[in-house]
Amino acid sequence: MATHAGGLSTGTAAVHITGLVRAFGERRVLDSLDLTIGPGEFVALIGRSGSGKSTLLRVLAGIDHGVTGFERLDAPENVSVVFQDARLLPWKRLLENVTLGLTGPGAHERGATALAEVGLAGRERAWPVELSGGEQQRVALARSLVREPELLLADEPFGALDALTRIRMHALLRQLCERHRPAVLLVTHDVDEAIALADRVVVLDAGRIAADQTISLPAPRAPGSPEYAALRADLLTRLGVDTDVAAPEVKEVEEA
Amino acid sequence: MTTTEAPSNAPPEVARPPAPPRRRRRRLGPGRPVPYGWAIGPLLLLAIWSVGSAAGWIDERNLSAPWEVVATARELTEDGRLQENLWTSAQRALAGLGFGVAAGLVLAVVAGLSRLGEGVIDGPVQIKRSIPSLALIPLLILWFGIGETMKIVTITLGVLVPIYVHTHNGLRTIDSRYVELAETVRLNHLQFLRHVVLPGALPGFLLGMRFAVTNAWLALVVVEQVNATSGIGYMMELARTYGQTDVIIVGLVVYGLLGLVSDGLVRLVQRRALSWRRTLAD
Repeated sequence: MATHAGGLSTGTAAVHITGLVRAFGERRVLDSLDLTIGPGEFVALIGRSGSGKSTLLRVLAGIDHGVTGFERLDAPENVSVVFQDARLLPWKRLLENVTLGLTGPGAHERGATALAEVGLAGRERAWPVELSGGEQQRVALARSLVREPELLLADEPFGALDALTRIRMHALLRQLCERHRPAVLLVTHDVDEAIALADRVVVLDAGRIAADQTISLPAPRAPGSPEYAALRADLLTRLGVDTDVAAPEVKEVEEA
Repeated sequence: MTTTEAPSNAPPEVARPPAPPRRRRRRLGPGRPVPYGWAIGPLLLLAIWSVGSAAGWIDERNLSAPWEVVATARELTEDGRLQENLWTSAQRALAGLGFGVAAGLVLAVVAGLSRLGEGVIDGPVQIKRSIPSLALIPLLILWFGIGETMKIVTITLGVLVPIYVHTHNGLRTIDSRYVELAETVRLNHLQFLRHVVLPGALPGFLLGMRFAVTNAWLALVVVEQVNATSGIGYMMELARTYGQTDVIIVGLVVYGLLGLVSDGLVRLVQRRALSWRRTLAD
């Protein structure tokens, strides 16, 4: 993650948005928003509840069929999404869930490889209902990465997991992204998660990008270091949290 | 539980509360399956019938004794009449079931996946649903005559309705999150139908199938007693003319067994096809 090469200058961007508007009735949830994500760049998107994070992600995923308007909206054709819930089809075994929609020879082998990558080798024939929440989310990751996406969208993917599982999932996600190098847009409400994983943290407020912070901390980003604390305090301030009150052990910026 | 009591130095033989307090929670599911539990009800009926006949509480002119029914069934089997009629009936029921299931399924999928389709199809099926098959027979006889076509059409109409209603309902209650997922992994219409819609609607379809199988046999009884020269219903109708309650009972038992066996088959399929579910019954 620390090897962010500045994808913006080297070739075309993975995502290029200018002037994006999404209104629900009178309410403009996204209000002429601009955002660029370089190829292979890991961007974390944080913001308060209702700031439009999920709306932006759904537009990029192409599952929002009512976009109000935009000047430019470039996103790759090959986009994968990891939702907050694992969203596995309960009537399909794990391997069939991973390879859902893949055709052609080698689909099964690729699916099995992807399952092995997330530590679920040999579980190809298990049903989703037999898995724990963390395991289900790992299958969802495998389903996303087996498609070798240019852009990986993740909507609070670890929000429903316990703290221990979440830490292990962070390590797994970082490892997988280093191997497959998709551009990533991770929606989260957890500032620590954003700092731990991302090359760049973007703060969304009132439908616009309110802050755009490149993170240049070295790879093992220890929460103890003064740089980390300063960055964290800065981001929390931008989210409107009084940092004197928000002691380091208070993790949640908002209610999930 | 008992810590509020004073330390007792009473003799140990002192009367204890009648039921020792149990810490186990009340089980709310139906509990463990009883071996051969499905047979309890039918066997109980048979027992009451046998005792009633043996004791003379049941007049033979109203209801023959079980052993006489068995003897008659043997006679009917030996001269081949039972098999012949059963085969005719089964052919009618299967043909009607086949057509009805196919039509109900197609209509449900079309109505479930397109708003226009729903507008066109749902109304007429709901209207048919409130008209008993028996009431349609005069019209169907005028249209199709009294031959096999009329019989099979009647059975088909009786089968189509439950298949449509339950499949359509199953289809419409598929979680919209799965539809979103299908869009993000870019399934085409055919893949969406195959991987999401049909498996998602399968529980509903199989429930409809249980009603449909019963309906097929019911409709069969109706058409065979109205106008037929073969089949179990005809055999029973003929027996009524001669007052042979034993033959009528044989017919009823055959109908009952057919219903029971076919329902059992559907439930077997249900258990195997829906093994991915974890439900109250498990």
